[in-house]
Amino acid sequence: MLSESSSFMKGVLLGGIFCVVVTLLGHVKIGHGTRAHHHEHHHIQAPNKEEVLNLSEDEQLELSQSIRVYCIVLVKPKDIGHWAAVKETWSKHCDKAEFYSSEDVKVFNAVVLNTNDMWTMMRKAYKITYERYKDEFNWFFLAYPTTFAIIENLKYFLLKKDPAQPFYIGHTMKSGDLEYVDGEGGIVLSIESLRRLSHVFEDSDKCPEQGGMIWKLSEDKQLAVCLKYTGVIAENAEDSEGKDVFNTKSVNALIKEAMASRPEQVVDGCCSDMAITFNGLSPNHMHVMMYGVYRLRPYGHTYSDALVFLPPAGSDND
Amino acid sequence: MYYLWEMASSKSLMNLLTFSFGSAIGFFLCYLLFSMILEEQVEIQPHILHNDPHGQHSEDTDNNQLQGQMNFNADSGQHRDENRNIADGLYEKVKILCWVMTGPQNLEKKARHVKATWAQRCNKILFMSSEENKDFPTVGLETKEGRDQLYWKTIKAFQYVYDHYFDDADWFMKADDDTYVILDNLRWLLSKYSPEQPIYFGRRFKPYVKQGYMSGGAGYVLSKEALKRFVTAFKTNKCSHSSSIEDLALGKCMEIINVQAGDSRDTSGRETFHPFVPEHLLIRGYLPKTFWYWNYNYYPAVEGPGCCSDLAVSFHYVDSMTMYHLEYLVYHLRPYGYSYRYDPDSAKGLEEQNKNEAQEDNPKLKQKTSEN
Repeated sequence: MLSESSSFMKGVLLGGIFCVVVTLLGHVKIGHGTRAHHHEHHHIQAPNKEEVLNLSEDEQLELSQSIRVYCIVLVKPKDIGHWAAVKETWSKHCDKAEFYSSEDVKVFNAVVLNTNDMWTMMRKAYKITYERYKDEFNWFFLAYPTTFAIIENLKYFLLKKDPAQPFYIGHTMKSGDLEYVDGEGGIVLSIESLRRLSHVFEDSDKCPEQGGMIWKLSEDKQLAVCLKYTGVIAENAEDSEGKDVFNTKSVNALIKEAMASRPEQVVDGCCSDMAITFNGLSPNHMHVMMYGVYRLRPYGHTYSDALVFLPPAGSDND
Repeated sequence: MYYLWEMASSKSLMNLLTFSFGSAIGFFLCYLLFSMILEEQVEIQPHILHNDPHGQHSEDTDNNQLQGQMNFNADSGQHRDENRNIADGLYEKVKILCWVMTGPQNLEKKARHVKATWAQRCNKILFMSSEENKDFPTVGLETKEGRDQLYWKTIKAFQYVYDHYFDDADWFMKADDDTYVILDNLRWLLSKYSPEQPIYFGRRFKPYVKQGYMSGGAGYVLSKEALKRFVTAFKTNKCSHSSSIEDLALGKCMEIINVQAGDSRDTSGRETFHPFVPEHLLIRGYLPKTFWYWNYNYYPAVEGPGCCSDLAVSFHYVDSMTMYHLEYLVYHLRPYGYSYRYDPDSAKGLEEQNKNEAQEDNPKLKQKTSEN
């Protein structure tokens, strides 16, 4: 009896150690992604003011209409609070936004994917999106429900980029050799990238349906792997001052971080004027952002922008 | 012999089985532990209710106490496309002196962040404290600190401003060190009035004073004439010197000296001075129906998007983190090319303005496509 219990305990110990080792070796998101120096990155910039100033009003409108963004939000029933907030706030500014849910939820309309696995959800969502919308939209934005996005700034960012080129843009991270777009900042694909992706989905060697063995690759890394096989590389998005426009944290978190690193000094503003995404927002904060972004402003400051975006119909919080 | 060997092997088989079972359990428990640790942590904000209508501050919770300072205006490169002519014109035309009520223990905790953000936009800024501080700098009012001193500090502060800076400004704004003020919007509001009028503006409250009085925390602004009458009223004993409720006492005095309590709402009827941060007002149901706020408002209080003007002037109970957050949202982050719904200069009402929305069959669009 004694020898059995001792071998049991030895077993538990070994099992635990084995698990820890595998976790540490495996591709788990505990700060494993690192930011390499900028000159090692592929990075991509927002257009300069000069490039867009000489457009007539008609050209402006036409240009604004030509950038069509389809939004995919991956949700699960546990996210219902954030789901509702996204539905009531920023997703109204997409040309079309749809919620792709792991299971059917009575309260909201969604495309039901019938799986709880994030990579499978992402695959299915992209697959369905390509099949249905390849002729209607030229850019595809995927986000989680904790993300807040400013689609107008996304469109401005995409202004001079040709969607027939394979773009895969967001807040990039590096995991070993793999450069990938961090899902928490939102993932932007051009129609060309989406086309290539839907083809590589058929190849189960290059792009398997199941991730790794015990610990799977996170879905955003898995996406990068599949895209890499088709020749599509992740690019980090920055404004003309070099600030990230896709953020994986909230404004508050970024302010805190910037200050914590140098409490004795006055630090530079944390975030871009043309920021596209922030992540980690509570549903209440999303409503505050709607007000802060689309309404609250100082009188007497005007801009001559190259694009024109009208407020969405039937909305009262923007 | 054979029998012994059988015994031994069955025992080691047993051991092997329990060992395997144990390792499976160990692995499984560890897996659970890691899954829990790695789950998404989203910011959880405490639900805060400020129970005092007169804006007096209980022990602050210091949840968001910031150690440093951030300068958003350092990156002027992002504002190359910005045209500030109208705002700059108003800066010259509507001169505002701001004074911020603070104290020695709050200079580093609070007043510093006011100085790093909105205070720069006043035509003149003064920090009023019980003691003078040459480095910050603060004006020393030679009072004590504490809730019961607030009205006395207010009187002395306005007296000081009248004695030293009366000719340097048209309007005189009082704010707390946890108030965030958007000066451009205040100038737009005040540009429609004359500083010679005896009038003052703020978030108008109903009780106790017939014409209403202005919430202390949301900040209030006196015209030149109002300041003159206020200071004179104490010299001539028209108004009393002692009260523990600063904003109420001031409001009562204003009524006595015939200074009008102005309507600070925007052209669409939305409030501009706010006694709370945006979150408390934009979220329906955040403030319970029994909360004092609903009964205090002079005009019908609204929750949800109608609570707050696009051209809001002030928010209160703003901690240091939110100071910088508001600074970023108001003066920096913007939606490129967005055509705002509310046009402050339009003669039309908000309903009519809303017709400028994206429609499925937008006639402008239809015309475009048919021309092509």
